[in-house]
Amino acid sequence: MSAVYVWIETFEGAANPASWEALGAGRQLADAAGVPLTAIVLGENAGAIANEAAQHGAEKAIVCEDATLHGFRLEPYAALLSHLVESNQPKAVVAVGTNSARELLAASAADTNSGLLTEITDMSLASDGSVQVTRPAYAGKVISEVTIDAAGTQFLLLRGRAFTPLDVDESATADITTVDAVLAEDEIATKIEAFEAASGTVNLSDAAIIVSGGRGMANNPAEAPPDAEDPVVWKAKDGFANTLTPLANVLGAAIGASRAAVDAGFIPYAHQVGQTGKTVSPDLYIACGISGAIQHQAGMRTSKIIVAINKDAEAPIFKLARFGIVGDLYEVVPALTEELKKRLGQQ
Amino acid sequence: MHVVVFTRSTPDTAAKVEVDANGQVTWGDAATVVNPWDEYSLEEAILQAQNNGGKSTVIAIGTEMHNDALKHSLAMGLDAAIRVWDDALEGTDSLAWATVAAAAVNKLGDVDLVIFGKESVDVGTDQHNYQTARKLGWPMLSYVAQILEVDYDAKTIKVERMLEQGRQIVTSKLPAVISVMKDINEPRYPSFIGIRKASKAEIPVWSLADLGVDLPATHTSTPTFKNLPKVDIQVEIMQGDIDEQVATLVDRLLEEKVL
Repeated sequence: MSAVYVWIETFEGAANPASWEALGAGRQLADAAGVPLTAIVLGENAGAIANEAAQHGAEKAIVCEDATLHGFRLEPYAALLSHLVESNQPKAVVAVGTNSARELLAASAADTNSGLLTEITDMSLASDGSVQVTRPAYAGKVISEVTIDAAGTQFLLLRGRAFTPLDVDESATADITTVDAVLAEDEIATKIEAFEAASGTVNLSDAAIIVSGGRGMANNPAEAPPDAEDPVVWKAKDGFANTLTPLANVLGAAIGASRAAVDAGFIPYAHQVGQTGKTVSPDLYIACGISGAIQHQAGMRTSKIIVAINKDAEAPIFKLARFGIVGDLYEVVPALTEELKKRLGQQ
Repeated sequence: MHVVVFTRSTPDTAAKVEVDANGQVTWGDAATVVNPWDEYSLEEAILQAQNNGGKSTVIAIGTEMHNDALKHSLAMGLDAAIRVWDDALEGTDSLAWATVAAAAVNKLGDVDLVIFGKESVDVGTDQHNYQTARKLGWPMLSYVAQILEVDYDAKTIKVERMLEQGRQIVTSKLPAVISVMKDINEPRYPSFIGIRKASKAEIPVWSLADLGVDLPATHTSTPTFKNLPKVDIQVEIMQGDIDEQVATLVDRLLEEKVL
């Protein structure tokens, strides 16, 4: 049991900062098991990112900058990770459960017939080497406790924002080992043809603040132009763009939405929070015109502070909220935006 | 061509799910539904089979409760349904699940494409999707928002994937495993005739012996469940006129250090 591995996710030559949370969680596990903490950094600029990982707590790093690893693809990444796991038998492989990490760790666990748990919100190492894990189940409606045995490598995917990064030590360096890729380009069935970056919005999954809109977005007093295809949809879209977005901009927040708003065509699906959308746990979640159906709650109930702005004082969202304003979001949100500008010195 | 989709029965999304005094997960009288993410994979399987003169098969791995999801799938228009179950699968994890899923696809023999919904809401994970692809030795294209081109003769597929950072166009060889997002289609409702036909369908059950597989060791324990901690939040409703309300709210948010 040579080490605790942490996969450092990279994108276009930069580390995903969520990976530092995995180093924080991995550090505890490595210390408890008495093994080194090793960052696995694959892709463009891996060497420089390994040094960053050292500043965030890794003692060792395994890097590979092979061209086949530029841009995440499951086949070459999983082939290399599985090879490293088989050769070195690490105690555990840890990552924050982003899209790519979920694929990579699940694939490598399958290749090596190892145990895997996802969406981990808490974990501890038992004296027999097993890891006891807490994770949500049934769309976050209940909590599940599971143990992963010590027989092989333990693959552990963490819920984003559930674990804390370590303090940065700018003088720290890692002992870096460079390895070769396992697959050659002609052995890989998938090719990335094109990529279009999402337009400059904050990513929901790692946002510290989220401003979300629901069905109530349709009550926009702004007049829809006569040529609008659907005046209700126009009003709601205008509300997301010109009422919620200014608030989100003041706060540096991501924009979320309820399923009702997405299904009505007010905003693209990528913004949906809830059972068939994203699960989020920001420090602050501001729900505007969202009633708070159980499916929506499943996606946001672990937010630290929930603020509800809703006309209907009986809306279920007020049972979950710490603070509430009963009122028309189209009056409250602009007033709140102005107040925040004043108080946060953005006048 | 032959497309396979996996599904399962899960509690109705609106159901209140709780843990009872015996530690069992219950959802009262609420019905089970097809795993909500699978509505899209089932619809896509129907479309792929229809548009390419092929066949669609839906498979559930699990006990009899999963017949409901299979019958719903048949009622939507899937061509055939199979349930895989064996008492030896009780208490096993996603590794065993994926091994069995891959064996079932291999037993069908002529499969070009396996489609999964993004995740299963009951177990709260998508790991079985990727693990099935690995056990088959096929490429995996996850988070597919759109199938742009597919050629079952040339055995190639081109898709648009929705990632956290943006949209990616990827090509792959077939056979492949894909998982689809909500964006991909508008799932149909089962027709009355479809429901009648499905209610009479005999669904074959395959055992591990039928599949001829040995299960890998399970490394994770059977989960124990508990209820969420009681939400002990007393909402503070802001008072006064709008200016006073937002000013107090900002005070509170600054006190809570979340700004």
